[in-house]
Amino acid sequence: MARALKLSAQALSVALVAGLLALLVWKVAHQGGGVASKLRRGHPVPAPGFSLSRLGQDGKVTLGSYEGRPVVLNFFASWCVPCAKEARTLQAAYQRWRPEGVVVVGVDWQDFSGDAKRFVRKHGITYPVGRTSSGSVVNSYGVTGVPETFFVDRRGRVVAHVPGPVTNDDLSAGIREALAE
Amino acid sequence: MRLLLAAAVLALALAAPATASESHPTLAELESRVMCPVCKTTLDQSNSAAAQRIEAVIRQKIAAGETRSGIEQDLVEQFGPAILAAPPHRGFDLLAWWLPIAALVGGGLVLGAAVWHWSRVRERDPEPSPSNTVLPEGAGGGTDGAAGIDPELERRLDEELARFDA
Repeated sequence: MARALKLSAQALSVALVAGLLALLVWKVAHQGGGVASKLRRGHPVPAPGFSLSRLGQDGKVTLGSYEGRPVVLNFFASWCVPCAKEARTLQAAYQRWRPEGVVVVGVDWQDFSGDAKRFVRKHGITYPVGRTSSGSVVNSYGVTGVPETFFVDRRGRVVAHVPGPVTNDDLSAGIREALAE
Repeated sequence: MRLLLAAAVLALALAAPATASESHPTLAELESRVMCPVCKTTLDQSNSAAAQRIEAVIRQKIAAGETRSGIEQDLVEQFGPAILAAPPHRGFDLLAWWLPIAALVGGGLVLGAAVWHWSRVRERDPEPSPSNTVLPEGAGGGTDGAAGIDPELERRLDEELARFDA
């Protein structure tokens, strides 16, 4: 009886350790660091799709709805000072490159919706802005802070990434790369 | 009766501050219950722009007379459940509260059972000790001090003593 109990306890312990080990392996295998870290290895990465609530309007902002068009994807928050500095640059790029089919999409993150709406109004942003309170989109892109900008080509692949605020030159270079494919 | 009365007084004493904290929360209290979404620490340990903005909103809500749970609920709607430092006491999140307690109780039970089992085994098969060691017949002599002495050692001791006497 005691021997059977001992064997059961040992088997349970081994199963528990094996389970925890499997969980660790799964976690390590599935946390690739998102698009940003894969892109650093030098290859275009399929852009993870998303569908977010549209800020200040009904409906959704869905990446799939811009299929076949280059997309400049900008993660921002209203409390972020560099985000405010780059907002006008992004809006100007949207107007400049729109005839080429380029679309700018803003993703507001870690923010109050009221603040984000004021931010959009204050900086005259007319491009679509979505809002996320969960980390799924942000994690899939490997965003570590705001602002960060990704450039998606016509084939739906991320071809360039700018961590931190973007300049006119960054935007032109990224958009040209997205248009080249 | 006295015990019941004491329990009731204790319950009231504990409930009063909890109710006050719910209806009149302070900024310091909420700062330790709410996370800064950027730096992943509680607000009271962060000085980031995001934390400062959240603190300002909390201050406004306290001034407007909102309850603690109301403020926390608003923050969860804006930032998601990860904005709270501790998981809520409902649904799947209950696991985070009860699993450690269950593990502690389970571990204690297993340890208790093991100790009980080992003590039973020791009672059944006691280890040999000098008091219950059975020596060969004639060995050890009759004195208490000689009990348990190896016969070979005793023989050598006798020889040495005899040589010393001679």
